[in-house]
Amino acid sequence: MVTKVRDTRGVRVFRVLNAVILTAVVVVTVYPFLNVLARSFSDEPSIRAGEVNLLPRGFNLRTYRYVTSDSMFWTNYRNTVVYTVVATLIAMAMTICYAYVLSKKHLRGRTALVSIAVVTMFFTGGLIPNYVLITSLGLKNSIWAIVLPNAINVFNLLVMKAFFEALPLELEEAAAVDGLNTYGILLRIVLPLSKAMIATMVLFYSVAFWNSWFTAFLYMDRSELLPVTVYLRNLIAGATGATAAGGSTTDIQISANIQAVTIVLTVIPILLVYPFIQRYFVRGVMLGAVKG
Amino acid sequence: MSTTKTLDPPTGTRGSDGATSPPRTRGHRRPWRKALRRDWQLYSLAVLPLLFFLVFRYLPMIGNVIAFRRFQPGGNLFGEYWVGLRYVKMFLTDDTFWDVFTNTLILGGLTLLVCFPLPIVLALLLNEVRSRRWKRFVQSVSYLPHFLSIVVVAAIVMQMLALDGVVNQGLRAVGHDAIPFIQEAGWFRTIYVSSEVWQTVGWGTILYLAALTAVDENLYEAARVDGAGRWRQTWHVTLPGIRPTMMTLLILNIGTFMAVGFEKVLLLYNPLTYPTADVISTYLFRMGVVSNSFSYAAAIGLFESLIGLTLVLTANTISRRAVGTSLW
Repeated sequence: MVTKVRDTRGVRVFRVLNAVILTAVVVVTVYPFLNVLARSFSDEPSIRAGEVNLLPRGFNLRTYRYVTSDSMFWTNYRNTVVYTVVATLIAMAMTICYAYVLSKKHLRGRTALVSIAVVTMFFTGGLIPNYVLITSLGLKNSIWAIVLPNAINVFNLLVMKAFFEALPLELEEAAAVDGLNTYGILLRIVLPLSKAMIATMVLFYSVAFWNSWFTAFLYMDRSELLPVTVYLRNLIAGATGATAAGGSTTDIQISANIQAVTIVLTVIPILLVYPFIQRYFVRGVMLGAVKG
Repeated sequence: MSTTKTLDPPTGTRGSDGATSPPRTRGHRRPWRKALRRDWQLYSLAVLPLLFFLVFRYLPMIGNVIAFRRFQPGGNLFGEYWVGLRYVKMFLTDDTFWDVFTNTLILGGLTLLVCFPLPIVLALLLNEVRSRRWKRFVQSVSYLPHFLSIVVVAAIVMQMLALDGVVNQGLRAVGHDAIPFIQEAGWFRTIYVSSEVWQTVGWGTILYLAALTAVDENLYEAARVDGAGRWRQTWHVTLPGIRPTMMTLLILNIGTFMAVGFEKVLLLYNPLTYPTADVISTYLFRMGVVSNSFSYAAAIGLFESLIGLTLVLTANTISRRAVGTSLW
């Protein structure tokens, strides 16, 4: 009854308007995906003529066959998988170890250990000193140039630390009485209790590594070492005739449907896991916000 | 860890001591030697992470001294000898530097102006939705671009804006000539900011939506009793309720102001659009990594982060004075 009274004409107009705006948001977000998808299935002349919008024109799978028959595409795709797996594993090990240490409130020097990490959130060396360092360490053209400099994300570290701090101490103390040492407690008591959190962290890191391109672009000179993101970037750089250094620049106009197919193939893994990972990410953002 | 129990009985007995000043016992620190003997296993877990921070975070910070030193590629990491402010003077008298400086301010300003308020608006609109399923659907869809690689975003932008892309199809449909957007300097800022909106606005609502659920229902009730309509409720209850979140995010946004989407600019610009697109970070990238003028680029980088730091500190202070919200 009361709500009925309050639903004035203005409110009803607002509701309709709101629905229209939100629908527009959805359309604007999805539209580019559908357009790229349509282009990936269309033939070259239809695209050139500017006829492809939401539906493919001259439907064919030739471009998919063409791109997937390029061995460099698969080499780079495999690189992405390898880099993501290795980098995520190492980042997880480092993050868990340090977060566990930081979560022990009784530890002497804990504040200093926390500060060492947090300071790097606000001060960074910057592009040039990092580049000089990686180069002089001889890490160029190796997977370690991608893995090592990104081994700990401080934001993730703090989320993990907060999680460990919230675990009940009694279990660990009981395990200590049973004669387990610190490593044993971490491996057999703490980690099994943290499965959900670890899964979230793995997602955080692996999506970031999967999507990253700049580190590889910066430190890899040989095309067989590139991840698929840089493969794509070289395609689009070739298409605009951009001469930003590092990548190869060709005068050959790379046909639009090849780009579209590469976009689709690069995005597919993310789109497939997206429905499952989305809520973990949202939760992670909240956790981080509560900390910060 | 294994000895925690045996070495820590004071915690239990402290209460029974009663009068013998427990606060002092709390403040008293165990000597390092004892802490090491007891917790060496814990400390051992911190060794590799500490090494990581030292080598990959703190060494580069110190590495910035090459801004004031002669540096030779392949030579000493920290340069050969001091040259004072030579490189600083060099960029201060470099016309291109001031061009990219202006571009950075404009691009950063536009991004802040557009990308900061929009998530608030979208969150408010989502908050008014009654159907939970519709709300969740809109959220899921609008979060999606956040999960894409920036390369993919740039590639999609180029597909849309190509001469045969959908935007030009629309222009032709209304009788306009096609525009080579990507090649025209005049369009770069619009393109950059729009793509930024597309990618970040949905995801940006998360913290606001969380803050909105925390606004006290009683305040709305009270406002209603006072005869406030929906607009005034939003203005006087909702917005003040999420103000701390707004201020925090504003300060953080101002902090990244100078670094304006370096990777995205690098992907979207080309020599034709340099007049509007080239920003400090891309300029120093080309100077340093491409042209090997490391010291010169490091000097510019140092200047850039100095401005960034000043901006955060200023914004933080103003925010604390004005509305009582601050990062630290």
